[in-house]
Amino acid sequence: MTVHHSTDRAAGVFVPLPRADFECDLVDASDIGDIQRKLPFWERLVNNDAARRFAVLAGFLLLWEGYALFLDNPLLFPRFSETFSILLQDLLDGKLIDRTLTSMQPLLIGYAGGIILAAILTTLAVSSRIGADLLSTLTAMFNPLPAIAVLPLALIWFGLGMPSLVFVIIHSVLWAVALNTLSGFRSVPETLRLSGKNCGLSGIRYVALLLIPAAFPAILAGLKIGWAFAWRTLIAAELVFGVSSRSGGLGWYIYEARSELDTARVFAGLLSVILIGLFVESVIFRAIEYRTIQRWGMEK
Amino acid sequence: MSEDRPHELVRVRDVTLQYKTPEHLVTATYKVSCTVKRGDRYVILGPSGCGKSTLLKAIGGFIRPVAGSIVVNGREVHGPGSDRMMVFQEFEQLMPWKTVLQNVMFPMRVSGKFKGEDARDRALAAIDKVSLTKFRDAYPHTLSGGMKMRVAIARAMAMEPDVLLMDEPFAALDALTRRRMQEELLALWDQLHFTVLFVTHSIEEAIVVGSRILILSPHPGRVRAELEAGALGYKDVDSAEFGALSKRIHSLLFGGEEIRTAAMTRHG
Repeated sequence: MTVHHSTDRAAGVFVPLPRADFECDLVDASDIGDIQRKLPFWERLVNNDAARRFAVLAGFLLLWEGYALFLDNPLLFPRFSETFSILLQDLLDGKLIDRTLTSMQPLLIGYAGGIILAAILTTLAVSSRIGADLLSTLTAMFNPLPAIAVLPLALIWFGLGMPSLVFVIIHSVLWAVALNTLSGFRSVPETLRLSGKNCGLSGIRYVALLLIPAAFPAILAGLKIGWAFAWRTLIAAELVFGVSSRSGGLGWYIYEARSELDTARVFAGLLSVILIGLFVESVIFRAIEYRTIQRWGMEK
Repeated sequence: MSEDRPHELVRVRDVTLQYKTPEHLVTATYKVSCTVKRGDRYVILGPSGCGKSTLLKAIGGFIRPVAGSIVVNGREVHGPGSDRMMVFQEFEQLMPWKTVLQNVMFPMRVSGKFKGEDARDRALAAIDKVSLTKFRDAYPHTLSGGMKMRVAIARAMAMEPDVLLMDEPFAALDALTRRRMQEELLALWDQLHFTVLFVTHSIEEAIVVGSRILILSPHPGRVRAELEAGALGYKDVDSAEFGALSKRIHSLLFGGEEIRTAAMTRHG
């Protein structure tokens, strides 16, 4: 207390007295060792996304195996090891690969078609007000409409087979991708737009060279959602009319196994759908993300 | 027009600018006229609401005047063009998906003004001028604010525009960086003697950077005065002349008759 002399103590105002200046030598910091040190192996492992996810997956599979052993009813809930051996068996004799390739064809055509249509619609939407009204009305109308509900109509129009599948997949991809792309375009900063126009960009070059890369995070999110929708729609559609289709895809593989009460094979079919989904998400989309929005600092 | 008056680069005549918000029609400037000569460091100074940024954007071709005309280098302005490169205040003006070098080359490539190796050499030279050679392959998000601004300036300068338009370019920087950027801009001007139109709301910045200062009054923006400031720089901040000019500008902006007359008599 005695240190804090104050000139105006009586008035209750604290005014510190002037203190002496000082300069000093820096404290010796050599004891601390290297300024940048590697974390211990265990901590680095925990910080690795892939390692953590693998641990989650392994735990999940253990749980599955344990519960199935406990239940002991292969008709309701086959063990993981059983499912895996059937998956491997069907993979090796080519049946599963054949089914997957059959599914892939309409899937990729429908996905690409949906993206192209979305690109055309969003380009129209950013270049004219009427285009924007058109897109927002269409999206509001058709986005909530489940693709599978359009399937009966597709069957009437195109009959059984590829065209119907492609039609419903396009329906499921188009609106999700268009909606995300448009909101991405709208959130491009005004300064960046002006800057692009200043360089002399206009029309289709403005969309391709400025808006698309600038809105890429939203576009990529749309593409991911679109991919998931396409998969779901395809499998569901195959389940509905796979019965009468001569060479079915993965959905038909699942349907077939169900009618033979081959539950392990149903699981194997579901597992392959999941594995393909995981591969596309964590390898293909991840690689795109790493090379684009992460390198550009648009996402941490 | 530039034929009979070869030194006049930018001619703004009775320009009235209006823009629409969803609810209102706002008049930003009313019958503004000014002339920028080749080699001018022409500063447009005014409080917020005087339409200085809007006027600069109109010269950039982003906004069309409702009345009056803007002529740059003998050509009437009808839209944005790379003969008038603009440097904005926001760091978002750089393309995050391009490296420093690619950013600087971008306008050259898309406008087709410079091509291939020529564009690359010019870009490298411009990057060197703003001393960013070490960072030419870095992406903008890894740069500091001052460095991003240097990239934007290099990008604009590399295009060799008729006039460089700067919209409060240093306003988002911290005070120390801002001062360094002002000095660097002046050093660059000493080398190249380009024409620059510079918008600011800082009186000090206007006097330091500008050779000629246009003062606008707010609501709507109208011309209040045009002053000469070429001789004054950072070394003169403490001089009586600098103080007098600063006071004079202050009174022109905010009224205050006594200070104004005092400053006028001192200035002659």
